[in-house]
Amino acid sequence: MAKITYIEHDGTEHVVDVKTGLTVMEGAVKNNVPGIDADCGGACACATCHVYVDDAWKDKTGESSAMEESMLDFAENVEPNSRLSCQIKVSDDLDGLIVRLPESQH
Amino acid sequence: MSDLGANVVILGAGHAGGTAAALLRQYGHTGPISLIGDEPLAPYQRPPLSKAWLKGEADADSLALKPLEFYAEHQIDFRPNTRAVKLRRSDKVVELSDGSTLTYDILILATGARAIKLPVSGADLAGLLELRTAADAEALKAAVGPGKRLAVVGGGYIGLEVAASGRALGAEVVVIERESRLLARVACEALSSFFQGVHESHGVHFEMGASVTGFVGENGHVTGVTLADGRTIACDAAVIGVGATPNDELASESGLETARGVVVDLEARTSDPSIFAIGDVAHRPMPIYGRMFRMESVPNALEQAKQAASAITGRPAPAGEVPWQWSDQYDLKLQIAGYAFDTDEVLLRGDPASGKFAVFHLKGDQIQSVEAINSPPEFMMGKQLIGNRKPVSKAKLSDLSVSMKEVVA
Repeated sequence: MAKITYIEHDGTEHVVDVKTGLTVMEGAVKNNVPGIDADCGGACACATCHVYVDDAWKDKTGESSAMEESMLDFAENVEPNSRLSCQIKVSDDLDGLIVRLPESQH
Repeated sequence: MSDLGANVVILGAGHAGGTAAALLRQYGHTGPISLIGDEPLAPYQRPPLSKAWLKGEADADSLALKPLEFYAEHQIDFRPNTRAVKLRRSDKVVELSDGSTLTYDILILATGARAIKLPVSGADLAGLLELRTAADAEALKAAVGPGKRLAVVGGGYIGLEVAASGRALGAEVVVIERESRLLARVACEALSSFFQGVHESHGVHFEMGASVTGFVGENGHVTGVTLADGRTIACDAAVIGVGATPNDELASESGLETARGVVVDLEARTSDPSIFAIGDVAHRPMPIYGRMFRMESVPNALEQAKQAASAITGRPAPAGEVPWQWSDQYDLKLQIAGYAFDTDEVLLRGDPASGKFAVFHLKGDQIQSVEAINSPPEFMMGKQLIGNRKPVSKAKLSDLSVSMKEVVA
């Protein structure tokens, strides 16, 4: 279990407990956090679960795969700390994780 | 005029219906919401049923769109195992299969589509499976395993995904396709032959141009598929994946306009202003192609759920989208954007032999659709170009050394 803070683009914070083994995307979707669309349900096929990982957590969330990099390269408003949240698996190590959401997922 | 307190009834608890219910609450709807589904489960994702779930890489919890508690917590009256049997528009009432009735101010039809059955002998034998629901997937999972012989009737995406998952589980798999090539309705020839080659290299057998005339069995269970040329393909189970037909009878019987699907406008509203139709059941306009059609895809279900929820709650309509879909088979990721309407040229970017390429379908110098194999840049940029209609340079598009970011003419 990890407590994850999702911060919407307008600053609204959602703090939710996410089960180990789920992804950061699933934690948002299953808890009705707005701002993560996840059209493909986690197949790394759509880039609509884009988040910015708080700098303090970049190492713990790991490296993105070539497929993810390649999808992100064509998403909008990409920053160096951009990730696709369906590709970040939740573990106890991520307790306290903070991610910020982009203005839109298109 | 929107009324956030309106009584909304949603018929169909699939991806479209479930998403519409959640979005209505997210958009501030305060009135009653009923969500009526004929399956025992709360809304779940269907795509993994033929992929990760079938291979045991996803469980029921991960398939669920929302945890079951979500519906009660958000005052959504979710009723499983229940179907609407009649729609009485004159008094805004729906009659349900349990004998009860529901009144509505606003009705959302999200009744989906059902698998087409083959009108042949032996079609009622045990071991003949389809793949629409989690229960179907359970039955299929029980039927495939090491040494089992699985016949897949229909070489479309569902059939091919089942074939790939069947091989991963150790089953012998034969795909029987009526047309001379796979994916004949939806993909170009280069893609058809590429997929056939990949599946053959994974040990899948194909019977192409083969018409199924019936099924034979012993003790009520299927043992073989008979073909028009007189042969029988022995099998322990068969999956029929020959397309789907919309569940639009409630609508047509109540006098709503239908055309192989319930006809809707850009807000997903039907010919009755109190009734919306979304997802696989809807026959909808697609402005970038200047025409109307019916789509069976998750992105379409989500988009129309957004359209309906926005219209009901008085929010601006979502920006026009480019339809897209995906398929996973073995280590291949296929991403498709758009539809190949009115095209005059097919352009290949990359070499299929490399396992990484894209097929662009062009109308003049505009991209109408792209099929991308293990090629996210081609998919992502192609999707943008389909949406913004910018002309592209064919020379650049077919030249792999030119980045997708520079193909605009």
